[in-house]
Amino acid sequence: MSEKPKNPKNTEKAEPQRLSVFKTYKLYVGGKFPRSESGRVYEVTDPSGKWLANAPLSSRKDARDAVVAARKAFGAWSGATAYNRGQVLYRVAEMLEGRKAQFVQEVADAEGLSKPKATVQVDAAIDRWVWYAGWTDKIAQVVGGGNPVAGPFFNLSSPEPTGVVAVLAPQESSFLGLVSVIAPVIATGNTAVVIASERSPLPALSLGEVLATSDVPGGVVNVLSGRTAEIAAPLAAHQDVNAIDLAGADDVLAKELEIAAADNLKRVLRPQPVDNADGIDWFATPGIERMTAFLETKTVWHPTGSLGASGSSY
Amino acid sequence: MSTDNANNMDKRSSSADKQSSSMDKRPSAFEYAPAPESRAIVDIAPSYGLFIDGEFTEAADGKVFKTVSPSTEEVLSEVAQAGSEDVDRAVGAARKAFEKWSALPGSERAKYLFRIARIIQERSRELAVLETLDNGKPIKETRDADLPLVAAHFFYYAGWADKLGHAGFGANPRPLGVAGQVIPWNFPLLMLAWKIAPALAAGNTVVLKPAETTPLSALFFADICRQAGLPRGVVNILPGYGDAGASIVAHPDVDKVAFTGSTAVGKEIARTVAGTRKKLTLELGGKGANIVFDDAPIDQAVEGIVTGIFFNQGQVCCAGSRLLVQESVQDELLHSLKRRLSTLRLGDPLDKNTDIGAINSAEQLARITALAEQGEAEGAERWSPACELPSAGYWFAPTLFTNVTQAHTIARDEIFGPVLSVLTFRTPEEAVAKANNTPYGLSAGIWTEKGSRILAVANKLRAGVVWSNTFNKFDPTSPFGGYKESGFGREGGRHGLEAYLDV
Repeated sequence: MSEKPKNPKNTEKAEPQRLSVFKTYKLYVGGKFPRSESGRVYEVTDPSGKWLANAPLSSRKDARDAVVAARKAFGAWSGATAYNRGQVLYRVAEMLEGRKAQFVQEVADAEGLSKPKATVQVDAAIDRWVWYAGWTDKIAQVVGGGNPVAGPFFNLSSPEPTGVVAVLAPQESSFLGLVSVIAPVIATGNTAVVIASERSPLPALSLGEVLATSDVPGGVVNVLSGRTAEIAAPLAAHQDVNAIDLAGADDVLAKELEIAAADNLKRVLRPQPVDNADGIDWFATPGIERMTAFLETKTVWHPTGSLGASGSSY
Repeated sequence: MSTDNANNMDKRSSSADKQSSSMDKRPSAFEYAPAPESRAIVDIAPSYGLFIDGEFTEAADGKVFKTVSPSTEEVLSEVAQAGSEDVDRAVGAARKAFEKWSALPGSERAKYLFRIARIIQERSRELAVLETLDNGKPIKETRDADLPLVAAHFFYYAGWADKLGHAGFGANPRPLGVAGQVIPWNFPLLMLAWKIAPALAAGNTVVLKPAETTPLSALFFADICRQAGLPRGVVNILPGYGDAGASIVAHPDVDKVAFTGSTAVGKEIARTVAGTRKKLTLELGGKGANIVFDDAPIDQAVEGIVTGIFFNQGQVCCAGSRLLVQESVQDELLHSLKRRLSTLRLGDPLDKNTDIGAINSAEQLARITALAEQGEAEGAERWSPACELPSAGYWFAPTLFTNVTQAHTIARDEIFGPVLSVLTFRTPEEAVAKANNTPYGLSAGIWTEKGSRILAVANKLRAGVVWSNTFNKFDPTSPFGGYKESGFGREGGRHGLEAYLDV
């Protein structure tokens, strides 16, 4: 089916040029790079229709396997210190910086952008990792704190990650949008099952390779490619998924998934309202909403006792 | 402050217990002379309307329903029953009022709310008696817990109204519009306060439906709004049944839905608002674990267990309905607990000595009865203290189940009644695993003298509120709400504002 690209430029020359090595794009699940268990792939092209690669066409079984991996990773990742998570996220930025050329090429191909425009996207995505890396050990102080209850109690509210989050990555912004929805989810200690942009999944699949070499524990981020609606349905209905980010869903799919998500009362982050005709501006500095959407507040009460003249009660 | 009363409740009862248990021959729980609070302080009209746009009005279809006192089955009043047409009218009134209310300077909204808080304090005895009559809970609780907390909640959120820019949601957060709120019958006026106070402080207007078995205190609140001079339409009260609640939730001109109630209804509401821009917060069921370690102060733990499951007859979403006790202290703890339960006084809710009041409705009583019977049928061992139940009204004796496993229905389903299931554990890890082994995640308790154990266990519990060496404490500054299927969003504190702001 797939029309292999003609080797550009070398037709006129007599000497044969070196044949490039194609990459087999694979899923990223539990720190490993499996093919879809279904054995299916689909053709990924650039906006002009030129073949870029075959990407795995994930099945509902792949989705369930990814949830298992994400759940398994949740304990250690949510239990890691915020400082540690910050360094790991920063490490992602470091690794991306070194592989920038690859991502510029992939984003340019995926979104039909010029190299300079794709570079701006990738730069912003790298900087976004840095931004969230700095948030990991600050969010608790910003959204948590002591509560001055009217009684002899020490009362403290702290944010905690909600658990496994299914993330439908934005369809249009294949890399900056992708990073902008993954980083806030894992910064706070959640683990993620990410559905890459259906049309442009390659930057997401390559990001898996970066995460695998960035000290991000296996299973913290799991990347699936394929038909968004097909993969999202079992995730939205999955009883061991705690939340869902609908960034990559259109209105009809978003409603369907939100209804399915109600079965175990998943936290639902609805698609962001579109800013203008150009779609969502992923370059804008994010707020903290993408983090707080997947945080729980735990409030712990403890008696303080009293040591006054009336004597100690504890 | 008056809320000190609520927070000190267990301390007082604890010392009372020590006195009684130190005596060899204790008087029977029922030998106390009656000490009823006078109901003359409250004047219940024979009938009430819906409160829409500042006026009491009949339902469009003329429907009414009766509200009864659960302790006597006496009809207290006849109340207009809202239907979808009334919902439409109330939402219209709230929408109309929203423009001016949201445009008021925050400092003016604050003063309205402070007025409401003060009027509630002034009328708190009246409201406590009313609540006890309509709900069936002991006057001791309405007087010392419900009403002080209601006033405190309005007082707290009043202060936020002109400080929203400092709440951490941006410099100028905006209200959402019309809030549709549906509340349960277990803490009628307190749940109203939890819903209305933050909504108004943030600049929203509200349409609120009280539960069909406890409409009266919300209707009295309408009168408080009148006394406070609150602009018409800002608060609309629609007594009614589930259909009216569903109409509010589904109404296209409602911007925000807040619900406290069962998880099943919460899920239905989540489905209804799917695909809309309505903001949703849900405070739903629970199956709280109360974990007692072997080093716990047993007497205090017993008081905490009693507070945890018998406060408000166990009709509390955050009740500690599963007691997880470390195996080595099980016998000692159960012995003390049974002795303590034998001293609980069940009876006339208006009696100031009463510990256990009436179950709120025949329907709820039937549900509790059925679940307790299922517990027995599945092999758990049932125990209740010798306890005479009044002949009229809806009553259920404090009940303890031992030999309970995690597979038992009574260990999994929310009973919402005075029924405690006792399970055991050997290690802290096992305790945490069992505590978290539920689709709910609202509350939990930890009893141990070891500080590091408290912190470690509290850290691992998947619950929104954790009480260590105490239980069932509430405060307007303290965020409350659940993990998992206990709902989402928080009520109380700075966190509680988020539900009513466009953030």
